[in-house]
Amino acid sequence: MEIPYTVELRRDTGLNNGKIGIWLFLASEVMLFGALFASYILIRTGAPTWPRGDTILNVPMATFNTLVLISSSVTMVMAWASLMRRRFSTYRMYMGATILLGGVFLVVKYFEYSHKFETGLLPSSNNFLALYFTLTGLHMLHVLGGMVVNAYFWGPGAKLYKTNPEWFTNRVEYSGLFWHFVDLVWIFLFPTLYLL
Amino acid sequence: MTTDHAVDIDKQVRIYITVFVALLGLTIVTVAVSRYHLPVHLAVTVALIVASIKGSLVACYFMHLISERKLIYAVLGLTAVFFVVLLALPVITHSDGFWIH
Repeated sequence: MEIPYTVELRRDTGLNNGKIGIWLFLASEVMLFGALFASYILIRTGAPTWPRGDTILNVPMATFNTLVLISSSVTMVMAWASLMRRRFSTYRMYMGATILLGGVFLVVKYFEYSHKFETGLLPSSNNFLALYFTLTGLHMLHVLGGMVVNAYFWGPGAKLYKTNPEWFTNRVEYSGLFWHFVDLVWIFLFPTLYLL
Repeated sequence: MTTDHAVDIDKQVRIYITVFVALLGLTIVTVAVSRYHLPVHLAVTVALIVASIKGSLVACYFMHLISERKLIYAVLGLTAVFFVVLLALPVITHSDGFWIH
């Protein structure tokens, strides 16, 4: 049986099922990160003293990672635009770059974490570090998840393009929406943890 | 693919590049401002304003929210209300007694 409304729009919503599905999922993600940001506010305002992020964390590394993630958002949207233009090889190039940039982000994060652990800065050390590791750890899991989905659409999932390019383009758009959301979360995490 | 459609995508690609440059610039601004060691309230305000501008650019142009259907806006509007309540609750309950005296 064919899955309905993968390409054609529903009359009642004016959207594909996939589009409304991904936005509902992202709404739940907003609440997940919102709960953690609320915890951050509560713990920070309740603490008698609070360290500036740049006295503990590596700002140049995080700035580099911010630029990497922003660049990956651009390559992601360019991958989708390439599919809209029906240029499959260009799509693969941009999608490959997106996955690669996600990998760079994780490698930089690995070095950041390693350095913290080596110097005895652990989640159990203080509230600041507990929040830092929780927020960035959850964010890293999202980057990893996005990379897995993007790798699927770069590799085996791309077969769909041959039989149904519109459906494939929509799938890449949904994957892109998640990726941009991950970028968006980092845009707020970066100043909150590293610069304030 | 029609010629109009191709032109439309070309126009969008130019917008993506412009937004990319703006995001890079705003990231530099964020880091530069933090070096001035402003008082906490001012630093938080500036950081949140710049982050909100960056976030809006990503949401509006990369996530195409600038031209989305009403149902998506409705979902996000409801999410925004709950998000604000979620963030406001700890602030209200912690400060001088809206609920806690």
